[in-house]
Amino acid sequence: MAEGVVSEAAAALVELRDATKSYGAVRALRDGNLALRPGEVRALVGENGAGKSTLVKVLGGVVRRDSGDMLVDGQSVDFHSPHDARDAGIAVIYQEPTLFPDLSIAENVVMGYHPLGSFKRIDRGAMNGQVQGLLDRLGVKLDPERPVRGLSIADQQIVEIAKALSFDARVLIMDEPTAALSGAEVERLFAVVRTLREHGAAVLFISHRLEEVFTICDTVTVMRDGAVVQDARIADMTPDEMVRRMVGRELSTLFPKQDTAIGAPVLKVHRLTCEGVFVDISFSVHAGEIVALAGLVGAGRSEVARAIFGIDKPDAGHVEIDGRRLPAGKPLTAMRAGIGFVPEDRRQQGLVMDLSIARNATMTRMRALSRLGIIGSGAENRLAREWATRLRLKFHRLENPVRFLSGGNQQKVVLAKWLATEPKVLILDEPTRGIDVGTKAEVHRLMSELASHGLAVLMISSELPEVLGMADRVLVMHEGRLTAELSRADADEESVIRAATGHVGEVAA
Amino acid sequence: MNVEATPAPGPAVGEGAGARRLTEWVFRVRELGIIAALALLIAVTAILEPRFIESDSLRNLALNASIFAILAAGQTLVIITRNVDLSVGSVLGLSAFLAGDLLSGNQDLALPVVFVLGIALGAACGLLNGVLVTWGRVPALVVTLGTLYAFRGIAFLWTDGRQVNAETLPDAFLNLGTDSVLGVPFLVLIALVVVLAVGQWLRDYRAGRELYAIGSNPEGARLAGVRSDRRVLSAFVLAGALAGLGGVLFTARFGTVDATAGTGYELTVIAAAVVGGVAIFGGTGSVYGAALGALLLGTITSSLIVLRVEAFWQQASIGALLLLAIALDRFVGLRVDAALRRRSSRRAA
Ligand SMILES: Nc1ncnc2c1ncn2[C@@H]1O[C@H](COP(=O)(O)OP(=O)(O)OP(=O)(O)O)[C@@H](O)[C@H]1O
Ligand SMILES: [Mg+2]
Repeated sequence: MAEGVVSEAAAALVELRDATKSYGAVRALRDGNLALRPGEVRALVGENGAGKSTLVKVLGGVVRRDSGDMLVDGQSVDFHSPHDARDAGIAVIYQEPTLFPDLSIAENVVMGYHPLGSFKRIDRGAMNGQVQGLLDRLGVKLDPERPVRGLSIADQQIVEIAKALSFDARVLIMDEPTAALSGAEVERLFAVVRTLREHGAAVLFISHRLEEVFTICDTVTVMRDGAVVQDARIADMTPDEMVRRMVGRELSTLFPKQDTAIGAPVLKVHRLTCEGVFVDISFSVHAGEIVALAGLVGAGRSEVARAIFGIDKPDAGHVEIDGRRLPAGKPLTAMRAGIGFVPEDRRQQGLVMDLSIARNATMTRMRALSRLGIIGSGAENRLAREWATRLRLKFHRLENPVRFLSGGNQQKVVLAKWLATEPKVLILDEPTRGIDVGTKAEVHRLMSELASHGLAVLMISSELPEVLGMADRVLVMHEGRLTAELSRADADEESVIRAATGHVGEVAA
Repeated sequence: MNVEATPAPGPAVGEGAGARRLTEWVFRVRELGIIAALALLIAVTAILEPRFIESDSLRNLALNASIFAILAAGQTLVIITRNVDLSVGSVLGLSAFLAGDLLSGNQDLALPVVFVLGIALGAACGLLNGVLVTWGRVPALVVTLGTLYAFRGIAFLWTDGRQVNAETLPDAFLNLGTDSVLGVPFLVLIALVVVLAVGQWLRDYRAGRELYAIGSNPEGARLAGVRSDRRVLSAFVLAGALAGLGGVLFTARFGTVDATAGTGYELTVIAAAVVGGVAIFGGTGSVYGAALGALLLGTITSSLIVLRVEAFWQQASIGALLLLAIALDRFVGLRVDAALRRRSSRRAA
């Protein structure tokens, strides 16, 4: 547990007092009270839709508060644009992606603040050098001159982090920066955060992974239903207590998979290869079984999932469902054969942001819901409402576009969309990313229940507790190869991490 | 054991450097491709009709393309921000008539004054477009479709059936459309300067780069603190100003102006930009590509005229070229995406 040098007496760098913000009838923020002091790393926790991102946007000058005060160095201020926040020394990593796919990594990082040479021209050499330095500091091998288009979600997140670190911020605000990252990258980010803390900066850190909160933070602000309900030192808190504050009731946070009879193999992957990405991947998933695909970010797990579902065409190998071979590169056929796929990138592949919640959630079921090609909104709403309740979706009206939902609630809609298809095989790429602790347990319970009805589940997850708690079998990938297959009994933190970092021989006992 | 050991095909050398080179290569191929198509077109036409490469004919070709290249430069600025300006043809008409009207009324008027007034009129039209798009939050397609008709309507009211003829214009002005400096027509020089200036501005200045950011991810640009409205507004004003310049040059070149000057130019200009690799959804493309696109379209028209091909086929061939360019973009884009994704996942952790 980290101990900062926070002193209550130190003047706050930034402070919000009784800030409120409503979106129409939705009161997203009611009691926004928060102070960030020099040398403090503060956690901001709360359920999906509690108002965390809204508070962040107020601090970042993206939305104007309706009432209340904002102070910087004790002076009352009013931010009219993100520009003002930056001028005040506040750097923000937003939850939604803010990158420019067509531009280079370097330009993404310095946009609007390019280093200039003679005649105010952009000094590309200086720009690339500066960004290379930032990327080195974050310990990633990325070429600053390549375009952002095509980067994995994790790498995009790294670029977002580099963007926030690109100027000397006194206050760093991070809205779920670690959701797409695995252990190694998170550790590096934390190292950077610790350095910032030593230099007297203040950090606000949002995460649904409580173990991260307890690792890096000194203090915590808990939000519930738009209001700040507690402000405490981490040292005075336990994880259970924190969860109780967040949800307002007792809750078991872990839901291990129930034992069910494992049936015949449903999904068979046979020597799947995609040159330069993954090689010779073979495994099967049985009815009633949950198989986890573990590994570091960049090991090629999502790519394997995409190839199985037919989004990418593999160079060799094939996939079978119930003994029938699927044609390569045909997602529609895969869907008809009974594969459901919750992709990693929900914004690009999972949701249509401008369509309604109900339409998004039931999109995969349109055929079943339509009569003579017309979709009855009654049936649509009924199905959507059922899933909204099951997943504790926080929404105003089912007819509203998905873009108005908080990040975690959008993820729930993606889940509902695929769970509603009642597939034979469900491939879940990071199913609980950005989802709060309470709902996470509910998602796990659902997965377990579906498996007990004979569904075969392939789950990619970077969260070890999730992998260990849910999987009947753990497959571990390292640099594009399967390096270990561990039964539930053999899988523990150490064996998985070893295989994920490439120490194969030492595990295979 | 190591996946890195299997090199991927393609022009890649190093890991990340490969990804960069790939995209650079695609852009260069685009511009080189247009130049190659141009060379081919001129060669074929010249074989069928040798008179086509007589210096007079080539000179006409360059002169015709110049005005379009200037308009295409302005249009590129707007399209990059994920907007479009359909009113440039009408703006050109207004400014062309303004120049003609001023000079035929007062032969001694200093030419720079005419240019400044023409450009200012264009900029004012652009400002109106920009304000409606940014403050009014009306889609650019709708706004500029409206002003396309509105500006043309004003031109009809103003001209009231009149026509400006070459005889009433001062020689000094008309010479601008025909004179050369060191063998290069004046008009071509102006177009070159405009294209280079706008191209460098887009490439090397913060404001220019912000236009790309806005087109690439409008919400992201806002969160990055880019003053999007101001930038989009300035893109429209510049596009209008360049259309205004184009109008003055139009009068200098053709001498005869009535209310219909520049009708239909907007479509040619947008087509030139798209053929030149400016993505209609914003975020990519260059002024150089757009200018080359204008030159290619102009050459096609001229060569088909020289070859006495029917007007219908001229239109159809431009349409075919557009579809080809779009299909090519889509195809290459998908390829590049896939290659970039591979490169990304090949990165050692
Ligand atoms: N633009 C908007 N229009 C309407 N409602 C909105 C908008 N943005 C957010 N909301 C609503 O405000 C509430 C708070 O959202 P916010 O994004 O702050 O939640 P959050 O705590 O960040 O949740 P998560 O953990 O899922 O990211 C939610 O109920 C959400 O639906
Ligand atoms: Mg949020």
